[in-house]
Amino acid sequence: MASRNNIWANLDWLTIGLYVLLVFLGWINIYAAVFNEEHSSILDMSQRYGKQLIWIIAAFALAGVLILIDSKFYVSFAFPIYIVTILMLVAVLLIGSEVKGAKSWFQIGGFAFQPAEVSKLATALALAKFTSSYNFKIERIQSIMAIGAILVIPVALIFLQNDTGSALVFAVFSLVLYREGLSGVILFLGLLIAIVFILTLILHPLITISIITVSAIVVYYFINPKFVLSLKAIGISASIFMTFWLTNTLLRLNIDTNKIILISAILASCIFCVYALRQRLSQLLLVIGVYLALVFITFSVDYVFNNILEPHQRARIEELLGIKSDPLGVGYNVNQSKIAIGSGGLYGKGFLNGTQTKFNFVPEQSTDFIFCTVGEEWGFVGTTTVILLFLGMLIRLIFLAERQRSVFSRVYGYSVACILFFHLAINVGMTIGLAPVIGIPLPFFSYGGSSLWSFTILLFVFLRLDASRTEMLSY
Amino acid sequence: MDKYAKRKYILGAIFALIAIVFIVRLFSLQVLDSSYKKYATRNVLRPVINYPARGLIYDRNGELLVYNKAAYDLLVTPREVSPFDTTQLCSILKIEKEELVKELKKARKYSRYKPSVIVKQLSPEMYAMLQEKLYKYPGFFVQTRTLREYAHPIAAHMLGYVGEVNQSQIDKDSYYSQGDYIGITGIERAYEKELRGHKGVSYFLVDVHNRLKGAYNEGKNDSAAVLGNNLTTTIDAKLQAYCELLMQNKRGAVVAIEPTTGEILCYYSGPDYDANLLVGRERSKNYQILLNDTLKPLTNRAISAAYSPGSTFKTINALIALEEETISPQTTFVCHGPGTKPISCTHHHESPISLIGGIRESCNPYFWNTFRSIIGKYPKAEDGYNKWREYVMSFGLGQKLGTEFYGESSGNIPQSAYYDRFYGAHHWNALTVRSLAIGQGEVIVTPLQMANMVSVIANRGYYIDPHIVRSVTDPDNNVHKLEFDRKDCLVHADKFEKVIEGMQAVVDQTNTRYTAHVEGIEICGKTGTIQNSHGADHSAFIAFAPKDNPKIAIAAYVENGVWGARYAAPIASLMIEKYLTDTITAPNRKAKEKEMIEANLLNPNQKK
Ligand SMILES: [Zn+2]
Ligand SMILES: [Zn+2]
Repeated sequence: MASRNNIWANLDWLTIGLYVLLVFLGWINIYAAVFNEEHSSILDMSQRYGKQLIWIIAAFALAGVLILIDSKFYVSFAFPIYIVTILMLVAVLLIGSEVKGAKSWFQIGGFAFQPAEVSKLATALALAKFTSSYNFKIERIQSIMAIGAILVIPVALIFLQNDTGSALVFAVFSLVLYREGLSGVILFLGLLIAIVFILTLILHPLITISIITVSAIVVYYFINPKFVLSLKAIGISASIFMTFWLTNTLLRLNIDTNKIILISAILASCIFCVYALRQRLSQLLLVIGVYLALVFITFSVDYVFNNILEPHQRARIEELLGIKSDPLGVGYNVNQSKIAIGSGGLYGKGFLNGTQTKFNFVPEQSTDFIFCTVGEEWGFVGTTTVILLFLGMLIRLIFLAERQRSVFSRVYGYSVACILFFHLAINVGMTIGLAPVIGIPLPFFSYGGSSLWSFTILLFVFLRLDASRTEMLSY
Repeated sequence: MDKYAKRKYILGAIFALIAIVFIVRLFSLQVLDSSYKKYATRNVLRPVINYPARGLIYDRNGELLVYNKAAYDLLVTPREVSPFDTTQLCSILKIEKEELVKELKKARKYSRYKPSVIVKQLSPEMYAMLQEKLYKYPGFFVQTRTLREYAHPIAAHMLGYVGEVNQSQIDKDSYYSQGDYIGITGIERAYEKELRGHKGVSYFLVDVHNRLKGAYNEGKNDSAAVLGNNLTTTIDAKLQAYCELLMQNKRGAVVAIEPTTGEILCYYSGPDYDANLLVGRERSKNYQILLNDTLKPLTNRAISAAYSPGSTFKTINALIALEEETISPQTTFVCHGPGTKPISCTHHHESPISLIGGIRESCNPYFWNTFRSIIGKYPKAEDGYNKWREYVMSFGLGQKLGTEFYGESSGNIPQSAYYDRFYGAHHWNALTVRSLAIGQGEVIVTPLQMANMVSVIANRGYYIDPHIVRSVTDPDNNVHKLEFDRKDCLVHADKFEKVIEGMQAVVDQTNTRYTAHVEGIEICGKTGTIQNSHGADHSAFIAFAPKDNPKIAIAAYVENGVWGARYAAPIASLMIEKYLTDTITAPNRKAKEKEMIEANLLNPNQKK
């Protein structure tokens, strides 16, 4: 084992510098967001900025402690930590207390603790441990299943706590797995499903299906560029649909147009299936499979949207997509947040001179909407600086992850980078109207000890692993 | 190297892509699109306090006594101020430039974010002019307040006045904040919580040009002001005004009570002041003038004056002796007129004299003997005295009578310990304290206590706690009638008749009949002349009427009124006549009324 001095020297001080800078910027923006004259001292402990300072000092102390812990500890205890976390997630469902509709907090005296915050760390460790094991091969179905289980258990438990925001964070592990060899097709299909979902909400199903059909034909043309075949496909599809439609109209059968489309699509697909099997065109078969799946998704979107999502989640998505606008209801937060950021201009109104983030125009201004204060008081220069600082940290983390000599450290490093990325993307995205309002904090910035500490732990465990990367050869 | 290593570039590209998308979006939001800046300028939030109108005050017949008028204060929020034409603003406000600068500095010192009052109670003309020009003065705005207005210039002491809260009141009750009004005296003070209502707040959006852009968040964050509760008092405004007319240019106090209910019909302390003087911009100036006035118009003599009861107290000694059965109505005592020992009589009259005669003639020797019989009934003088004191206290004397009376004095009926200290234990007896027999000496009463004492006699043995407010009406028009306790006197009902006959004889048979007798009304009264070492003696009179089924009990004190029948008796009897018949018609009564109205007893050189 290397000496202590060596460890401190091996730490990546660039990342630590970025971390300290972001934490400091967060603190002064919290001060600006909740500033009131009666308590104008930034050290006033009765105020949020005073309390945040305590959280920050504690976070620094925590970081120091993490650096002193032997890196082998995380490797050896990755699964135990994961199992304990899962048990806590179960326990919080049974004996936790409810905050803002999410039953996800342990209340111990004056101290509140959210197991979901730890579960990101635990899952990242477990994933790193599992992918670094000898019998792990990303191509093997057993490996995929095991990874699925590692991810699904915490996600399901967090969903049950009604904490959708924290659960969605786990989607970002797909990026980590992509780096470890998960097929790009799976990511692409995920993206495709998301696009179809959004299209169906915005457009009529008929138009969505037409778009899918045309896309399928175009894709097929690129795979097998025979002009006549593409024309045939269009002709067959159109004539099947017209037959049904005319029958329906002439005989006044009053069959729903959507059903006619569905039946036409299935029939046309069947015809092409037979053709593909005969001609042994496996690529065509794949296109048809994906095509049919997307058509089914189109028809299930309405059902999922109306029956599975909660009303407030529906409203947030509708607001984001511009389907329904309710500037004083769901859209109020985003609208006020956009006004605050937009009014900052190029250089901002200056420190403590914001008018929108004071007077409670912007809700949750020191927690989820802290980015508004940056936008209003520091302008485009400030917002760009913060985004670039975050991007710098993310790129640096990729660099650090890549220089690891063990799969464990690399996977964990990518997990940290991707979790931070997801929070950044959703949190900033929601304040500028590019993402739905999901209540997740901006890492290192938002007010609150629980989130600051969990991001600090997440980051410093990786920095500790990185500092002793040369010792990790055995893994 | 693993075969997927190149994917780090794809991940890096995804991160960078999102960052670029955000930066582009932010560039369009913050730099290209100026509409958000416009929204933001409309988003300046101005909280405006909704001051509730203070509760109205009515008299017993529904006559409005106190209402509100609108007043306008000019406020400023220092951080919203931008350079403006100070000369023009000063000319509208009619103030010096230095004063405006001073006030602005003070406001900035208080808070840059919170509004401060620059000019209080603008005149309607100033307000109208300012409304038009306000857009030129960003950061300034006008807030509506309500001020008290009095329908009649009467009952100032009863109503009390309203003023700004001081710091200790703010510290004590978090409801108040700087500049709020609070009842300072009278029922404005006693019923502050009923009258004040509840403040609300409205949030308005104001643009940078100081123009109102409507309610913030559709008024969802606003709270409406809750009106104060209205009070219905027991005062008879007509009687009160008549009393004030009769008592003008005199020092003293008059309290009239409806005996069966304890409701105070008239509550006057003179000289008084016009309540309208203590409202508005002139308030503090006028207050200083009133405070420095040697006639002490701000002193409420009705509840705080320290008067002797004088001869009116003889009725009480008679009642106690009858209850203790140390005298009977037939008991007679000898009186030798002015030479009688140990207390001389004021004049010669029939002798020996019985109870009714003793009251009629206000015979001092008769009541000395009566008093001595009570004290002497007990082996030890202090036991007798304590018994006597207990009786006296049961008439409501020597104690505060209510919570509505701000500044009420409890008067004084000394404890026996007082005499023990003064003369030494067991070194005093009835003779030592004989002045109590005729209502002089250490006994101290207020006019309110005297009126209440008459109520006990009129009711033949009990009183209802005297009060000024009958009911509270909330904004939904629910009337809450207030409850008051009945207190029974230690003297039983059957003992009162002879004393009351004696009181009737005072008004019908003595010289007092020339000033107090009213044809057709059976008035029972007793005069008192209170020795005054500083000038002419004080004139006192207690009375109730009609004898059977009494409607009004009254106590009147006229300082320097020489003797009881001279001023207090005619004034009290005129008020009884006015209250019961609504008018004064007989020529001799009209003449008396005129004489009383014209009498000026404030002149220090008046003859004794
Ligand atoms: Zn006599
Ligand atoms: Zn009520």
